[in-house]
Amino acid sequence: MTTPTTKPLHQMRAQAEPAWTKELEAILEAYSKGGGDPAALSMPKVATLVVSSNRVLLANEIPGVRFEAEELPHGVRARILVAPGVHVEKTVHLCFGMLPAEGEQEIIAEYDIGAGAQVDFLAHCTFPNAIRLRHLMDAKIRVGSGAKMVYRESHFHGPHGGIEVLPKAKVTVEDGGTFISSFSLVHGRVGTLDIEYDVAAAKQSIAELTTKAYGQSDDRLRVNESLHLNGEGARGLTKTRIAVRDQATSEVFTTAEGNAPFARGHMDCTEVIRGKATARNVPVVVVRDDRAHVTHEAAIGTVNHKELETLMARGLDEEEAVDIIIRGMLQES
Amino acid sequence: MQTDRYLLNVENLGLKRGGRDILRHVNLRLRAGQVHGLLGLNGSGKSSLAYALMGCAGYEPDEGLIEFAGQDITHFSITQRARSGLTLAWQEPARFEGLPVGAYLALGAKERNQESLASALEAVALAPAAYMKRAVNHTLSGGERKRVELAAVHAMQPKLVILDEPDSGVDVLTLRDVDALIRSMAARGGSVLMITHRDEMITAADSASLICQGTIVFRGTPDEVRAYYGKRCRMHSGALGAQPWERDSRVSP
Repeated sequence: MTTPTTKPLHQMRAQAEPAWTKELEAILEAYSKGGGDPAALSMPKVATLVVSSNRVLLANEIPGVRFEAEELPHGVRARILVAPGVHVEKTVHLCFGMLPAEGEQEIIAEYDIGAGAQVDFLAHCTFPNAIRLRHLMDAKIRVGSGAKMVYRESHFHGPHGGIEVLPKAKVTVEDGGTFISSFSLVHGRVGTLDIEYDVAAAKQSIAELTTKAYGQSDDRLRVNESLHLNGEGARGLTKTRIAVRDQATSEVFTTAEGNAPFARGHMDCTEVIRGKATARNVPVVVVRDDRAHVTHEAAIGTVNHKELETLMARGLDEEEAVDIIIRGMLQES
Repeated sequence: MQTDRYLLNVENLGLKRGGRDILRHVNLRLRAGQVHGLLGLNGSGKSSLAYALMGCAGYEPDEGLIEFAGQDITHFSITQRARSGLTLAWQEPARFEGLPVGAYLALGAKERNQESLASALEAVALAPAAYMKRAVNHTLSGGERKRVELAAVHAMQPKLVILDEPDSGVDVLTLRDVDALIRSMAARGGSVLMITHRDEMITAADSASLICQGTIVFRGTPDEVRAYYGKRCRMHSGALGAQPWERDSRVSP
């Protein structure tokens, strides 16, 4: 068994240069194909972390943003720390990926956003050659009092579908904090996706979770998101946009709990199905205070008929029109 | 019969929905480059005729013939009809989450360069710089969405566009603007079938028809149709609950 190594990141960078240059180039090429901008990763004022398999290939810290990383046999344990009061001007870029067709990558991440800080993360997860591969993300996130964290995660998968993506996050949003997350898996085959997010929101805090995915062939999608609106005036939203076609299946379980006075929660799920696909949505509303208010809306069906006919009246055939409608619905914001 | 002289030739079209006659014995002809106004009260069958001509689901005719540009298109799909040069601007246009205005216009546009797309927006009084990248979704008002729809058919440059109530829900677009848009389409050789319940809208048309209870009951110049509509059709509908042709054999369809 390989002994886990912990090194300061500057040593990791130095070590990376001779042996891992090619791997870095390859992962950046895949990152670029997935919609990322490799140039952003080399800007001196942009905080950046690039992880391939279980190696940290690139890490760039900026004042107020610190990375701590430890290599594990099948992944990386990383702490990402934003100091209290720091407003990070430029988006922090994270890139997690694997180039081999088979294997496992486990990212154990801890995000700590200090009180009053503001930061945007853009995470690209790139697995262009996956045939039998698992990607596990186990994140613990703390958004400090009055802080704001925006986390956008976008996946780029290859055409084979033999990948399992298992992102888990346990999020705590402290008083007056804001946590906005979006997860997108609309490029390439999903394979198996099993999302599990659990957010506890304190007084006057805001939590928004958006998930977008497009399943084809025999892809399997499962989304399980829970919002616990525990503090007075806490507000939460889950927004799910899923399209499944062929024999793909989708199951969306969302829970919103209004546990405090004036907590406001809403769950909004739209799923489009085509062919022999199956979609299921189970919203759970729990209210423990008579001044809280939680709502949900869900729509599952084929694409909107009027949208379809409008595009066909512009000369598109039905398949082209359906694809445009679905891609529009799943567009990354 | 020399139907090849007509761009659109509709003969004896009939449509039933839920056991009810929606369209009955509809006969309508348009020549290339012609602007024709189809006037009728709410519920008279105007939009149903538009959907039947476009081939929308649920509006397949039970009888009759639709010829367009020399082809029998009665059983064509919407796409086939659009590709042969026919399109429809819906009265209440659809919204598209995540689709920018520019991309939406380009989908059916004859010329997809930025200049042509910008020109289509300008034709409906929308500033290209302000609208090209906006999504065709709920962030646009009903009036803005309507104008984008008109811009889309303008950019498409079809042989025939059916405009279903082009002025409804359009806040600032005036009658004169709609006229200018229609004339601009006609000037490029396109024909327009303008469907409306407002008789003043058809003044710019070359010819007009009046539809009531699913059938065309009167044809003539726009002035003749307006006069008939204003003096008889509206009055009878409102005061008597019946139309003149139900009591007057001279104007029976």
